[in-house]
Amino acid sequence: MLIYTIRRLLISIPTLLFIAFVIFMLLELAPGDPMAQMPLTIPPEVKEKMRLALGLGEPWYVRFPLWLNQFFIVEPQYWIDSKFGTNFADGAQRIISFQSRSPVFDTIAQRMPQTLWVVGMSYVVGVLIALPIGIISAYRQYSVFDQAGTFVSMIGFSVPPFFSGVLLIVIFSVQLKWLPSIYDTTHVVTNWDSFVFQLRQMIMPVMVLALQTTAQVSRYMRASMLDNLTQDYVRTARAKGMSETTVVLKHVLRNSMIPVVTVIALGIPSIFGGAIITEQIFKVNGLGQLLIIALQGNDIPMVMTITFLLAVLIVMMNLIADVLYGILDPRIRYD
Amino acid sequence: MTDTTMTAVEKPRNQWLDVWAQFRTHKGAVAGLLFLVFITLFVTVGPVIWDVDPGKLNIRNKDVRPIYMAIFDSNAKVSWGSPMGTDNLGRDIMANIMAGGRVSLAVGWTAMVLAVFIGTLIGVLAGYFKRLDGLLMRFTDLVLALPLLPLLLVMMLLFRDPLRAAFGPENGIFILIVTGIGITSWMQTARIVRGDVMALKEREFVLAARSIGTPARRMITRHLLPNVMSPIMVSATLGLATAIITESALSFLGLGFPSDFPTWGKILFDSVDRMTSFPERVIWPGLAISLTVLAVNYIGDGLRDALDPRIRGQ
Repeated sequence: MLIYTIRRLLISIPTLLFIAFVIFMLLELAPGDPMAQMPLTIPPEVKEKMRLALGLGEPWYVRFPLWLNQFFIVEPQYWIDSKFGTNFADGAQRIISFQSRSPVFDTIAQRMPQTLWVVGMSYVVGVLIALPIGIISAYRQYSVFDQAGTFVSMIGFSVPPFFSGVLLIVIFSVQLKWLPSIYDTTHVVTNWDSFVFQLRQMIMPVMVLALQTTAQVSRYMRASMLDNLTQDYVRTARAKGMSETTVVLKHVLRNSMIPVVTVIALGIPSIFGGAIITEQIFKVNGLGQLLIIALQGNDIPMVMTITFLLAVLIVMMNLIADVLYGILDPRIRYD
Repeated sequence: MTDTTMTAVEKPRNQWLDVWAQFRTHKGAVAGLLFLVFITLFVTVGPVIWDVDPGKLNIRNKDVRPIYMAIFDSNAKVSWGSPMGTDNLGRDIMANIMAGGRVSLAVGWTAMVLAVFIGTLIGVLAGYFKRLDGLLMRFTDLVLALPLLPLLLVMMLLFRDPLRAAFGPENGIFILIVTGIGITSWMQTARIVRGDVMALKEREFVLAARSIGTPARRMITRHLLPNVMSPIMVSATLGLATAIITESALSFLGLGFPSDFPTWGKILFDSVDRMTSFPERVIWPGLAISLTVLAVNYIGDGLRDALDPRIRGQ
């Protein structure tokens, strides 16, 4: 298992390098000019110098290794320096945003908490709703509850977040005036009232994202439970006179969770993609919004870094899912 | 006596008739199919009957509420001339929904066909030719590891202007969106088709066909492709659903078609600013997208059951 994990980690290095190369070359083809926003009165030779100052003077085969160096070596050094007060980085060039002229990772670190709060919370809520629905749907297959669960998950698959989010705003903010439609990220929780406010402003974005998660995970949970409920060991457990709760929640559920856990791990990257749209609707200033703004402003280093971070997340989650599968299910042998 | 039994013998059954009989027992799928037919007629035949130019400005008639508002509020500005209301520039919303739906459905179908074509091609090649298998599947895994939505956004932004210049504003974006969605959503089809082709390759009828010297090309088109039709059709319905949603999402993020060119996502995006006063303007396109995708998903569900010979006939 350990050897398998190490081998997978080693394979993921060329994968990530390839992905970084694809993203870099795609951005390299960009006809959009980061200098397009500059005043026309700037003389061409000054503009050329500014272009060089942005690091755009070199050809791609020089800049791509430079970017890799900055991403994998310089930025971690700065991070270690800021954590432990050391001086590994020694003033090396960081990845600088074209728009804000500040290090890309500083901006990302500012935006990360908002996204993590909303996305992470919605994922946890979604999974917590999905698991009981899946279990009951499978245990009472073709019952009214099961039909309703199927219908709700169909809706979760079909209603895009930009409609469900807008619909929630229309109902709960515009018509009923219960919840705020804009997520206030400057809000700090200090006492009970501010905590309630935070809770109220989080309900809608979290529920919009959770609907998608619930739809997917509850289907997998149901299918996995159905596979296990007809197995011989369940009949044996019942024949031994175990209570129905023990049989379902201990024997069946544990075995059914194995594929579901991997599905949950694999779903994490896609929920970040969904967050791009949700953040746009509820005006959360998280990573997704940062990406959209960077895209519109031709901020190539920012786009590159955020997209690559998402790719790292996908590759890592794939790896974690595979390793978890092997750990949870002793029948799976990778070697 | 033999004559009477002869007449009682059933007609020889066609496989697709069986599939259709099974499909009809799935109520949701039939309802989905009916709705898909309805919405397709609505956006294609609709403009012939509802002969209003979707782009025509009529400032005097702006902000007309939909006709049902007259029930709740007798003072509401309603008019039978525009039953779904008009927007802030007086454009008729029903005509816009029809025009937008035509674009959204066209993008959905074309992107789906492209994705299914690429997926089937790669799946069959990888499944049939052992030499290509490792390479093609490694490539599929790599594409699956790409963050697709951000990359799609990047592609939209980068290639918008060159394609617009080459093919005109509408056609350029159409080609861009269709290609973008097509080349980012073929991977599931490829994996499924590869698995099925590999299983089929070991079957006796393939061996028999090979023993009489069938060339690879004919082997694929005559023996393998007809047998992987059912998974391809199911993944095609899923592909249609995701293509419609992706196109709307791109339009919603402001990276889709140009602003005066309606699609469902675009109408929704344009209406968000005024949804406090005019919630119906986000509801109409949103409902159109959601119901169409829901219908397609139910059709896919029904097809999966109907095409599975183990379920069929029970």
